[in-house]
Parts: sequence; structure tokens; C-alpha cells
Amino acid sequence: MSTTITRRSRLHRKEHQAALVFVAIPVIGFLLFTLFPLIFSVYASFTNWNGISAPVFKGLDNYIKMFGDRYFLKSLWNTIYMMIGIPVGLVISLALALAMNRKMRGTTFFRTVYYLPVISSIAAVAILWQWAFNGDFGLINQGLGLLGIEGPNWLQDTATVKPALIIMAVWKGLGYSMLLYLAALQSVPRYLYEAAALDGATAWQQFRHITIPMVRPVTFFLIVTSIIGGSQIFVEINIMTPTGGPEFESASIVWYIWQKAFDNLQMGYASAMSVVLGLLVFMITFIQFRLNRRNQFSID
Amino acid sequence: MSAQNVITTPPLEPAAAIPGGAGRQDKSGPRGVKGQRSAKDGLRLGNILTTLVLSVGAIIMIAPLAWTFSTSLKTKDGVFELPPQWIPDPFVWENYARIWTAGPLLSGIQNSLIVACSVTIIGSLTSALAAFAFAKMRMPFKNVMFLGLLSGLMIPFPTLMIPQFTIFASIGWVDTLLPLIVPGLFGNIIMIFFLRQFLNSVPDSIVEAARIDGASYLQIFWTLIMPAIRPALAAQFILWFMAVWNDYLAPIIYLNSPGTQTLQLVIANFNAQYAIQTDYPLIMAASFIALLPVLIVFIVFQRQIIESIALSGSKG
Repeated sequence: MSTTITRRSRLHRKEHQAALVFVAIPVIGFLLFTLFPLIFSVYASFTNWNGISAPVFKGLDNYIKMFGDRYFLKSLWNTIYMMIGIPVGLVISLALALAMNRKMRGTTFFRTVYYLPVISSIAAVAILWQWAFNGDFGLINQGLGLLGIEGPNWLQDTATVKPALIIMAVWKGLGYSMLLYLAALQSVPRYLYEAAALDGATAWQQFRHITIPMVRPVTFFLIVTSIIGGSQIFVEINIMTPTGGPEFESASIVWYIWQKAFDNLQMGYASAMSVVLGLLVFMITFIQFRLNRRNQFSID
Repeated sequence: MSAQNVITTPPLEPAAAIPGGAGRQDKSGPRGVKGQRSAKDGLRLGNILTTLVLSVGAIIMIAPLAWTFSTSLKTKDGVFELPPQWIPDPFVWENYARIWTAGPLLSGIQNSLIVACSVTIIGSLTSALAAFAFAKMRMPFKNVMFLGLLSGLMIPFPTLMIPQFTIFASIGWVDTLLPLIVPGLFGNIIMIFFLRQFLNSVPDSIVEAARIDGASYLQIFWTLIMPAIRPALAAQFILWFMAVWNDYLAPIIYLNSPGTQTLQLVIANFNAQYAIQTDYPLIMAASFIALLPVLIVFIVFQRQIIESIALSGSKG
């Protein structure tokens, strides 16, 4: 092998040069817009900085302040609370995928319909759901009225603002999880079910011991990506509850970071919170990379 | 036993799909003609029930979108009518004429198009070039660089947005479209990742053969690689285009004046401004216009989009 390399080293050098040029652009972009800002963010998190004058080094002040900040803790709690929607969405989407996995007419049509919210702009979706959640004339309360229930003023009520946002998030994300589950279900070998049926396994047993394990990688992938996405929830909060909701009940971490950084110009403090968020997301992603074998890609 | 399940299992129960399989087993299983027929009937009944439940679900999924469109065609007072009308009477198409003068909707569309087109067209080219190099060329530190790029995926945008804003502010780019465009021109790591995966299925020998014939790497990229990756590139391109088109957080940080705002910001401002005047038809008409391009793109390219997403999930 080494003799080939020497013989063709000039050719290799040319290849190396061309390859370097090709990958240079994304690598430079990564250095400029990811790595440098990341280092800067970590540095700024240790400073008192308004974004205009020079940052003043303050050590761990921002981090200590954060965990005594009622609003930060509240927005962190809200963000975690709103992730209740993740398991709910997964169960519904698996059920939908199972239903669509049947050989019957119309599944393509249903797939399209359930997928529409996924591709819709979150800004437009937030606007239309804000209208749907309107206490007096909204679609939701109209529907509840048909059942004889008097619906609350969803987005103005401390008890219902988070559930309202969760309902919307489930509605928007359902199609995506359903599609991934459907793809996973279609790749389950049919003979597994046939063998189980021959052994007298009931439908429930087949579901419990074949289907669930076979779609586990997708479940895992969806949980991780949903947590990462959910931890960054912002747009619907910003549009539907511009002030963070009644008594700060719907403010999310990113919403609070955004407000502190760009409204109050407390960029040092906001950077510290963004670093904490980054660490959380990094940890979740890292766990996924380590645990999920199917996520490994071969490097030649 | 399994036929009974087909009939009684409500399709929204998780076990629903299995009876479908069970029904098929009955067909191939050693049973009499009678058993076959009842299993078939059960299957058909199960399908009808499933369709029914899926239809109810579909109505729930589509209702908010339909409600938006319906509201957009009402009069300002018609919105508050009880019980609500699903089909407006009269149809106020005029709302779709009013939105263009009620706010910078047209410039919002233009700005969104400028950002999304420049980012995705140029960014796709740079991504494809890099994917080609990562998949088919030899170079030192290739894997280190690739893993470095991939690690960037683990860092959420909110962690980077404050320094990015400061950088762009220092060169006077705030309130222009440049901070939204320039980072995207350097390529998209997700796209590089998937194109690289896709290229792994293209044999190395075609590149080597072209080298022996004296083709340059750029020629190989353009004449061999680009046609080979076209389906993957198209799907990733559409997904990226929709993501940029729908982006909200980056635009809201950088853009202040109405003339530079992207479409998503414009409709959010419509919402804030006209909700006070309770002009809901106007808001809904503007929102519907903002939804329309992506809906059309999706319906036209849905096969490619859905295949690509399903693939990304199974790879992910």
C-alpha cells in the first residue's frame, strides 16, 4: 500500500488540494458563524455586558444570579412542562402510523393531510391558533360549545395557557412523527408477525413484543429531537403571548433569553442563560449519539 | 381469534395495524374457504373503521387551516357571528385586495424570496461540493473536519445568536437581509451529511475512470456527481427552502424597519396591529397568503419530500 502512495503522491497532492478547496467554504462558515460565536458566548457569559460598551469581567456572577432569578426558573419550568406534549404526540402518531400501515385506499391522502401542519410556517400557525383559542369566538370553544362545555379564555388564563400551547405543538408535530413511524413499520419484516401468529401470539402480544421493539430507534430519535426542539420553543410564545403570558406562565427559556438580550440589553446575563441552554442541548444530543447505534455512520 | 380482533379493535388503539397483518395471514394460512371469506370481510370492516377514525382525525387536522381560510373571506363583523358560519356569506374576496395596502406584504414576500433563494441555491452548491469531497476524495484530516462540522449541529442557534448579532452589528449589517443570507451561503451541514451518505452508494470507480480520462475534479463534480445526487439534492433543497422561508427567530433579531422585514415578520406584525382593531379577516388573509407558497410546494413535491424525511428518520 505504501508503494502505491509514493508512486501516486503527486496525484494525491493535487487531489488533496482540490478537496481542501471544496470543503474550505463550509469549514470557514463553521469557524465564523458557529465556533467563534460559541467561544464568544461562553466568554460573554462571565461578563457584565450591554452589547455596546466593552464587557466587564464578573466571574460566575451571571450563573449565580440565574439560579436566584425567579423569572429564569419559571421560564425553565415552563419549557420543561410544555414537553408533556412529546409523549402524547408520540402515542397518537404511532397509532396513526399503525392505522395507515394497513393496505387500503386513501392512505396517501391522509398522509398529506396530517403532514400539512408540519410544513406550515410556525408564525402563521401561531396566528391562526391564537384566533382558534379566542375565548369568545374561537374555533376551540365553538367546538367545546357543541359538547355543552364552556371553554376558558385559553391564552389569558394561567391554568390553560400552557395546555393550549401543548395542544398546538402536538397538532403541528403529529405528521412528522407519524411519517417516521410509518417508515419504520413498513421496514418490519412480515415473517416476524407470521411466525408469532403461528405460535399463537395475540394481536396485543405481537404489538408489544414485535412492533414496539422494532420501532424503538425511531421512538428514541423522535424523543431526542423533540426535546431539542422543545427546549428552543420561541415563535409561538412570542406571537401568541407577547408578554410571556399571564403571570409569566408561558415564557420559555429562549423567549426569556431573547427578551433579556435584545429588549433589556443584558447581553452578558443572556449569554450565560444561552450557554446553559446550549449545554443542555449538547448533553441530550451527545447521549443520543452514544446510545443510538443506528445513528452511527461509517467513516472510511 | 384474529378475525375477531380485526372487527373489534378500534383503529386508534395501538394494536390496530397488527390485525391487518393477521388478516393477511389468514389468507395464506391453512384454512377453509369459509375462514378466508370471514377474514376478508373482517379486513374490509377494519379498513372501514380505520378510514372513519382517520377521517375524523383529518378533519381535526385540517379544521384550523380551513377556519383560517373561511375567516379570511368574512366581513369584519361576520367573524363574531354566532353560531359561526363555516361558509362565509357573503364571500369577501376584497380582503385579499386590502392586505397589499394594509402592510408591507409585497416587500415581505420579496425579501423572503431573496433570502430563501440566495441561501438555498448557492448554499446547495457549496454543500454539494463539500459532500463530494468528503465522500469521494482523499485529503488529510478529512474525518476530523467532517466530525467538527457535525458537532456544530449540537449547538442550538439561541446559544450563538447574541455573538452573531454583535458581529453583524459591528459591520453595520443590522436591518439588512445580509445576516440572514451570508451564513447560509457557506453551506448546510445537514445537507452535506445526507449528500455524503447518498454518494456512498455511488461507486468510486466512476470518479477514478473520469480522472484517468483527464477530467478535472470540478468537471467530475458537474458532469458526474451532480446528476447522480440530483434526487437527494432536490429533496434537501426543498426542505431547506421551506425552513428558511418559515424562519422567524433570526429575522426578528436583525430586522426592524418594515421595508426589510421578511414575510413571517410582516404577518406577525399584521397580527399584533390589526387584532386591536379586531380586523381578523385581514390577519387571516395575510396568514393564508404566507402559508400558500409552502403548501403548493409541498403538494407538488410531496413524494420527494416525504421519502426524504422518512429516509432521514430511519438514518437518524
